[in-house]
Amino acid sequence: MRYSGLRLIREGLRGNAGWTRAWRDPVPRPDYDAIVIGGGGHGLSTAYYLARNHGITNVAVLEKGYLGGGNVGRNTTIVRANYFLPGNSEFYSHSLKLWEGLEAELNYNVMHSQRGLINLFHSDGQRDAFVRRGNAMAAQGDDAILLDREGVREHLPYLDFDNARFPIHGGLLHPRGGTARHDAVAWGYARGADRRGVDLIQNCEVTGIDVEGSRVVGVQTTRGPIRAPKVGIVVAGRSSQVAAMAGMRLPIESHILQAFVTEGLKPVIHHVISFGMGHFYISQSDKGGLVFGGDLDFYASYAARGNLPMVEHVMEAGMTLMPMIGRARVLRSWGGIMDMSPDGSPIIDRTHIDGLFLNCGWNYGGFKAVPASGWCMAHLMATGQPHAVAARFRLDRFATGRGIMDEEGTGAQHSLH
Amino acid sequence: MRVACPFCGDRDRREFTVQGDDTSLRRPGRDAGPLAWHDYVHLRDNPAGRLHEIWHHDPCGAWVVVERDTVTHAVHGVTLAREAAR
Ligand SMILES: Cc1cc2nc3c(=O)[nH]c(=O)nc-3n(C[C@H](O)[C@H](O)[C@H](O)COP(=O)(O)OP(=O)(O)OC[C@H]3O[C@@H](n4cnc5c(N)ncnc54)[C@H](O)[C@@H]3O)c2cc1C
Ligand SMILES: [Zn+2]
Repeated sequence: MRYSGLRLIREGLRGNAGWTRAWRDPVPRPDYDAIVIGGGGHGLSTAYYLARNHGITNVAVLEKGYLGGGNVGRNTTIVRANYFLPGNSEFYSHSLKLWEGLEAELNYNVMHSQRGLINLFHSDGQRDAFVRRGNAMAAQGDDAILLDREGVREHLPYLDFDNARFPIHGGLLHPRGGTARHDAVAWGYARGADRRGVDLIQNCEVTGIDVEGSRVVGVQTTRGPIRAPKVGIVVAGRSSQVAAMAGMRLPIESHILQAFVTEGLKPVIHHVISFGMGHFYISQSDKGGLVFGGDLDFYASYAARGNLPMVEHVMEAGMTLMPMIGRARVLRSWGGIMDMSPDGSPIIDRTHIDGLFLNCGWNYGGFKAVPASGWCMAHLMATGQPHAVAARFRLDRFATGRGIMDEEGTGAQHSLH
Repeated sequence: MRVACPFCGDRDRREFTVQGDDTSLRRPGRDAGPLAWHDYVHLRDNPAGRLHEIWHHDPCGAWVVVERDTVTHAVHGVTLAREAAR
């Protein structure tokens, strides 16, 4: 069923009785041309672009829970292309361009809102670093505007500009940055993939990867064995477990990242604001809730919930930056399992097993990557060659030391990101 | 989370810095090849379940090995890193 304004009116007048399911609930077949393990944002977009760009429609997405139950439905929805290093820069730039056409492409309202992202700075040194980043963004063809203190005040008059520790000196504005509705992105890609013939199979956990000689031949699942000559591992926080089924040990640690939302308020925060020094960022959802978060809890975790010290830290940082939110009541907090790589950049690559591909290492920034990650993963699975904008996301960069992409410049070690 | 420091007793998680899994107790020898170093610096078992990791108790300076379940966050044991390394 195609969604349109006309359809909305017609169904509204007919008691909304005519809507059909957005995707089928198929029984897994014994074999496919390709299997994608993981029904998060990246797995669904991979399946979608396998069908759309490469005509490979005999595809199954195997999801152990329900579609969108992982990080894709738990993130704080920030979409931006403000990366600095070659490798990341062209990839996220490509992703943002895909975002800008996504609603028409999917015939689905993903509520992509380019409300502008402002990264605050508090010292001359930080300003210089942002000037450099802004220039890199402009050189990539994306947009960046340096704001001085008064420039920030025009956009965000309600901040505390004179905090003793972090007085606001200015900010880097990325006008095309913003947010999107996270669930809708998963649902839109799911529906688009299903319409092109992809089987989306939920409650189907992959428990083994079958290899014959040096080739992958299929997987074992809780719903029986399924054969395929190509298999993509796209399971975010669970990457280490699934890769271990193929005898691999990954450069990944799984960590917990928390987020928070308040009760719905009238429109008050019109941008995405990032307060890096306080490890705090915030935006307001279309329902009115203030959506905000901070840094990792900094211990390995698969619990999908965090501990109080980070809750306290995030609240303190929020109060430091914008005391006006102190009376808003927090409705919910939750956590997601982040696949942290040593240099903070992702991996989209072949493995030592023919036909087995790996997509992981999204750290806390993989939501904005959903379109381009699927685009490039599909390209890799279909052609066997890395896509040009993801050519540097190699698995062996840690072993060789060539091509490390450490945006933070802290060092390519697990405990440093 | 609370962790029992062998010197100070049960202490709040805020007093600790977590360094990650206890790989650092198994530093390769001087003549180990690049692959052994790659393994040591980058590769991790990253289990969903019990994990041995290195924690630092900031107030007293003790390095301890904490056995912790990464799914439930339950702490199952704490040993001085010096003893665990033996
Ligand atoms: C609190 C929080 C805030 C964030 N904020 C942002 C943000 O503002 N901007 C941004 O760009 N990114 C953000 N992220 C990061 C982003 O959400 C993730 O990087 C991204 O969603 C990960 O990719 P995914 O969507 O494919 O993951 P997931 O949705 O986690 O998908 C992986 C899927 O694999 C499935 N799976 C696992 N094991 C198996 C198995 N054995 N068999 C079958 N299926 C399996 C899981 O059930 C899951 O559904 C945030 C994350 C969190 C937790
Ligand atoms: Zn102590």
